[in-house]
Amino acid sequence: METTFVLLLLLSPFVGFLSALFFAKNKGNLAGYIGTTAVFVSFVFTVLLFNQVNTTKNPIHIHLFEWMQLVDFKINFSFLLDQLSLLWLLFVTGIGTLIHLYSISYLHDDENRHKYFSYLNLFLFFMILLVIGSNLLILFIGWEGVGLCSYLLIGFWHTNQNYNDAAKKAFIMNRIGDLGFLIGIFILGYVFNTLDFVELKQAVIAGNAYSQLEWVGLATLCLFIGATGKSAQLPLFTWLPDAMAGPTPVSALIHAATMVTAGIFMITRLDFMFDLTPAVQDLMAYVGAFTALLAATIACFQNDIKKVLAYSTVSQLGLMFLALGLGAYQVAVFHVITHAFFKACLFLGSGSVIHGMHGEQDIRNMGGLRHKMKTTHITFAISTLAISGIPPLAGFFSKDEILLVAFHENTLLWIIAAIASILTAYYMFRLLFLTFYGTFRGTEKQAKELCESDGFITFPLVVLAVLAAVGGAISIPGNSWLENYLKPVLSQATEAHHLDATTLTLMATAVVGALIGLGIAFFKFIKREEVPMTDDRIIGFTSLIYDKYKIDEIYDFIIVKPINLLGSFGKNVIEPNLSKMIFSVDAITDSLGNQGKKLHNGNLGFYLFAFVFGLCATVYYLFFIR
Amino acid sequence: METILQEIGIETYLYLSALLFCIGVFGLLLRRNAIVMFMSIEIMLNAVNLMLVAFSTFHQDAAGQVFVFFSMAVAAAEVAVGLAVIVAIFRNIGSIDVDQLKNLKG
Repeated sequence: METTFVLLLLLSPFVGFLSALFFAKNKGNLAGYIGTTAVFVSFVFTVLLFNQVNTTKNPIHIHLFEWMQLVDFKINFSFLLDQLSLLWLLFVTGIGTLIHLYSISYLHDDENRHKYFSYLNLFLFFMILLVIGSNLLILFIGWEGVGLCSYLLIGFWHTNQNYNDAAKKAFIMNRIGDLGFLIGIFILGYVFNTLDFVELKQAVIAGNAYSQLEWVGLATLCLFIGATGKSAQLPLFTWLPDAMAGPTPVSALIHAATMVTAGIFMITRLDFMFDLTPAVQDLMAYVGAFTALLAATIACFQNDIKKVLAYSTVSQLGLMFLALGLGAYQVAVFHVITHAFFKACLFLGSGSVIHGMHGEQDIRNMGGLRHKMKTTHITFAISTLAISGIPPLAGFFSKDEILLVAFHENTLLWIIAAIASILTAYYMFRLLFLTFYGTFRGTEKQAKELCESDGFITFPLVVLAVLAAVGGAISIPGNSWLENYLKPVLSQATEAHHLDATTLTLMATAVVGALIGLGIAFFKFIKREEVPMTDDRIIGFTSLIYDKYKIDEIYDFIIVKPINLLGSFGKNVIEPNLSKMIFSVDAITDSLGNQGKKLHNGNLGFYLFAFVFGLCATVYYLFFIR
Repeated sequence: METILQEIGIETYLYLSALLFCIGVFGLLLRRNAIVMFMSIEIMLNAVNLMLVAFSTFHQDAAGQVFVFFSMAVAAAEVAVGLAVIVAIFRNIGSIDVDQLKNLKG
């Protein structure tokens, strides 16, 4: 029964992928309906299984078959659906369904819709596989699969070379992280002789790891590198902003709500392993905090509506890594969930705006949209309030918990995180005000045609906005449902923070910080009606941030250029010389062949003579010499 | 019963056979007329047949005689094919001089 459920849950998007790809070409919205239904089926089964696990408290193990065996090292093809994976499945399939629905309208006039929906379904298949895999190798299959789908969808509009380049960049940067991940898997396999999560946990609890702590440390470091690739952290984060080349629903689903949280999922899965290596945890916390700050500063100066949200995503992911690094896994998971709600809503809202503005993405050409796009405006505003940390919306609780943990553990990290969240409030309200308030700055034609998007687009927005508003209820300080729910899967839950004076003061500080950000944005963009300068008038330090600290250029200089040099060395020096060597062999063979060719002169008499001569020579040898 | 072999001796047959074979070989090497070359090959074949029957009688074993009948029957068939090939060549190039057959030259 459970096996059937889980297989249906997993294979439904795969069937959707195949049928959308092969049977829905040139059939209008059919692909969209197939895709949406397939994911909705997964969602229904997820809810069923979630209810079961939530009441029985027993994780579901499903063993399909033994995949491979080497002496006593076994890898099973089996699934583990515990509290953590079901929580992930809930929001992956839930938001996935909404975004499929949204895409039906968003891509209503694209001729390659069937491909789009099939890729999106394939993505969900791999994402589900990633989440329910019972060992690291199955997780890795899903990990690579979602990377592939991300590549396909970023480059979905493949006639634009820039988009193709963005897709390649995402794929290659992820490859760097994946190498780390793979090495981490190898080391864990070597040290523990198993890759199964449950067996790994038992081995760690039994204390088998202490004798080989340096290997475990190396493994967790490698796994963390893998996570930085997938979850866009320093130094591998630059692919995520470029990934905005894909259609907006893709950015919402893959590059904000689900795939980029895979790194956090993996680390939370292996929390017992990371707890053994405090040095890697510290590194994780610092990397997360600095990524959060760096991305937040960049976001303050971006003028592309999607780029702002992309950097905001990087920044929020940084905060999650900060929480992970401080050992507060359930806090990170909490922020993943609330972030999935409000960021998906923000991205879908920006998609609705782009749709209404006929492809315009520059916020300097927007403004005053609140009159024409009421639903989009209200949902976008709710999500902005949520991400900025204004109580009582979801983002307030999750971000506050991270700040709280940081305050108790490390003041420096707390300060960085606090600055990052003030900046978050600033850039998000800057985006909101520039897009929806003030006067319209676009062309006459855009103003005339501007209207609210249809129900397929607004319905997901409303659902997500509601979730973004009330999602914080799953973990209210002092009485956290999430903490109790996750307790069985996390090795050592951090002690619940009680509502004491410090906590309340910190909460108040966070709110004040968010209000400061809001206030600055309000003063600049509503009171003084400032509009960001055109590109050529940005100078000095601002232009450095506007150009994303020139990190792409630095990578280009220290990695791409040397590799190109190496490549041209190979092409201009090594390859010609190698060719020469090979051609000389060819010349020898050729001249030998030309000599032999002379024997075949076509003269039958000569052939016969050679034949008789050879026969005589053979007879002579056989009878007279021997 | 005294056989003819006992009267003449097997050596004579062998010499004759070798002589015939050499005539065939030299005819093949020296002549360029396809029909003559073909006849030379037949002489070589019959030289071998002669040796076969000589040894067959020498060993009192009739199997050799039977083989010779077979080989003669096969040779007759082969002659039919070979002559047809020569006729075809003549129709193509108007001559049966093998020196003019150089189309397969490497």
